[in-house]
Amino acid sequence: MNELYFNVEHGYLEGIVRGYRNAFLTSQQYNNLTQCESIEDLRTQLSTTDYGSILQNEPSPISTLTILTKLKETLVREFKYLKENSTGEASRFLTYMTYGYMIDNVILIITGTLHERDTHELLEKCHPLGWFDSMPALCIATNVQELYNTVLIDSPIAPYFAECLNAEDLNEINIEVIRNTLYKAYLLDFYTYSTTELDSTTAHIMANILKFEADCRTISITINSFGTELTKDDRKKLYPNIGSLYPEIQSRLVHTDDIDQVKFILESYPAYKTLLNSDQTGNGMFRSLSFEESCFEQEVILNKDAYEQQYHFGIFFAWLKLKEQEIRNIVWIAECISLKNKDRINNYIPIY
Amino acid sequence: MAAVRDNVFPTRMNLTVTKTRLKGAQTGYSLLKRKSEALSIRFIDIVKRIKEAKIKMGQVMNNASFSMAQVAYTTGDIGFQVRENAKTASFKLISKQENASGVLLPVFEKNIQSGNSFDLTGLGRGGQQVKNAKESYTEALNVLIELASLQTAFLILDEVIKLTKRRVAAIEYIIIPRIENTISHIISELDEQDREELKMVQSKKKTIESECSIIELKEIDEESDLNNLEIAEYSAKNILIDQMDSDLIF
Repeated sequence: MNELYFNVEHGYLEGIVRGYRNAFLTSQQYNNLTQCESIEDLRTQLSTTDYGSILQNEPSPISTLTILTKLKETLVREFKYLKENSTGEASRFLTYMTYGYMIDNVILIITGTLHERDTHELLEKCHPLGWFDSMPALCIATNVQELYNTVLIDSPIAPYFAECLNAEDLNEINIEVIRNTLYKAYLLDFYTYSTTELDSTTAHIMANILKFEADCRTISITINSFGTELTKDDRKKLYPNIGSLYPEIQSRLVHTDDIDQVKFILESYPAYKTLLNSDQTGNGMFRSLSFEESCFEQEVILNKDAYEQQYHFGIFFAWLKLKEQEIRNIVWIAECISLKNKDRINNYIPIY
Repeated sequence: MAAVRDNVFPTRMNLTVTKTRLKGAQTGYSLLKRKSEALSIRFIDIVKRIKEAKIKMGQVMNNASFSMAQVAYTTGDIGFQVRENAKTASFKLISKQENASGVLLPVFEKNIQSGNSFDLTGLGRGGQQVKNAKESYTEALNVLIELASLQTAFLILDEVIKLTKRRVAAIEYIIIPRIENTISHIISELDEQDREELKMVQSKKKTIESECSIIELKEIDEESDLNNLEIAEYSAKNILIDQMDSDLIF
C-alpha cells in the first residue's frame, strides 16, 4: 500500500534526489582532478562538472577553504530545496537528518559561551544545516545555566539533552564527552524512528546505515580513548546502544587497552576485520587506508545501496552522506595538490 | 702612514710605559685573533646547522600541514573547538644563555606541559588523525625552536665576529704601528736629546775652557796692570822738583 501512495506525496522529491545522483563526480572526473598540477587547473576541471561555475568568480589564488565553503554552499542549497518541497513524513525525516548538525552547532555555542565568546560570532561558524529557529536565541544566554534553562529546552534536540545531561554537567564534563553522549542519544532516536514509524524499506536501509555508523563510532571511541583520561566506565557510556557490536562485543571492547586487542576481538567478525587493517587492495590498486577512510568507504557502499531501492526515505539520507563524502574528496584532492603531496592523493573514495 | 704616533713627551718613563702598552696590544691582538677564529668556527657550524634545520623544516612543515589536511578530511573543522578548550599553553619556551668564547648566545628550550585540553577531540571520529596532527605539529615546533635559537645565535655571532674582526684589524694595523711609531719616535727623540746633550756638554766644556783661558788672560792682564800700576807708582813724578814751568810772559 505504501508504494501506491508514495509518489503522490514524495514522488517529486525522490525524482529530484535521483537527479542529484547524476551530479556526483564520476571516477573519470576524479581522475582528471587528481591529474591537476595546480589549484587553477582544479578549478577548470571542476567547472566541467556539475559544480559548474561556483568557483568562477573567486579571485585567485583560491584556498582550499574557499573551495570547501563553496561546495558546502551548494550542498546546503540543494538540501534546502528538498526540505522546502517536502511534506508530511518526508519533511520530518529530513529534519531528523539535520539533528546531527544541530548537536554540533549547540556544542559549538556551548563551548563559546563557556569561554565567554561573542555569540553572534559563533552563529556564523555554525553549520547551516544544523540551523534551528531558536538558535539566534542562544545568543541571549550569557551563561550555561541560562542557556540550558531557556534555550536548549526549546530546541529540537532538547530531549537528548534532557535524557543525559543536566545544567551542572555542561560546566563540568568535557565538551567532547557531551557531544558523544548527545550523538549517541540521537543515533538511537533516529534508529527507533526510522525502524518503527516508517515503512519497511526505509527501515531496512536506514537500519543498515545507522547500525554501521554506530559500530564505527564504537570502534572509534575505543581506539581514540586509549591513553586519555576517559575511564572505561565512561567509555561504555558513550557506546551507542545499537549496531551489530551491541551489546556483546561492546562489553568486550570496554576492557581493551590497545589497538591489538581491538583487532583481536574484531578478528572473528569479517565485516569489521578489514576496517582496522590499514593496508588493503581495493579497486585494483594498492592503497593504505586509515580506519576512518575504511569506514567512509564502507559507508559509501551502504549509501549507494539506498539508491537501489525505490519508495523510501533512506535515499535522502544516503544522498546527503554521499554528497558530504564527495565534498571531502574534492577538498582532499585540493589539499594534496596545494601541498604538492601526491603520494596519497588517491585516498579519496570514488562514489560512482 | 707616515709616523702616526701618540702625542707623548719623549721621556724615558714614557718609553717604558709605551713599551708595556705595545706588549699589551700584542697579547690583546693574539687573544682577539684566537677569539675571532673560535667564533668563526662556531659560526660556520651554525650556518651548517641552519641549513640542515631549514631543509628539515620544509619537510616537517609539509608533513604537518598534510596531517592537518587529513584531520580536515576525517573530522572536519576542529580549529574552533581546540582553540576554545585550550586553557594554558601546553608548549612553552624557556630561554637560556650559552657562553661561546665570551659571547652570550640565547638558547631556546621547549617545555611541554602535560594534560592536554583536547585529548578527546575527534573521539567519535578521526581521533587518530587529530593525534597525528598534534604530533607532527609538535615536531614542527621543535624544529622551529631549533631554527629560532640557531638564527638568533647566527645574528648575534655575526655581529660579534664583525666587531672582533674590526678590533683585530684595528690592533694589527693601527694601534700596534702607532705604538711602534711612538716608541721609535721616543727613542729617536731621546737619542737626539742625548746627542744634543753631548754636544752641549762638549760646547760647555769649550766655553768653560775658553772662559778659563780668558780668565787666565784677564788675570795675566790684571797682573800686568798691577805691575804697571806699581811701576807707575814707582815712577810718580815729583812735580815740585821736576816741574819746570815755562815762564809766564804777559
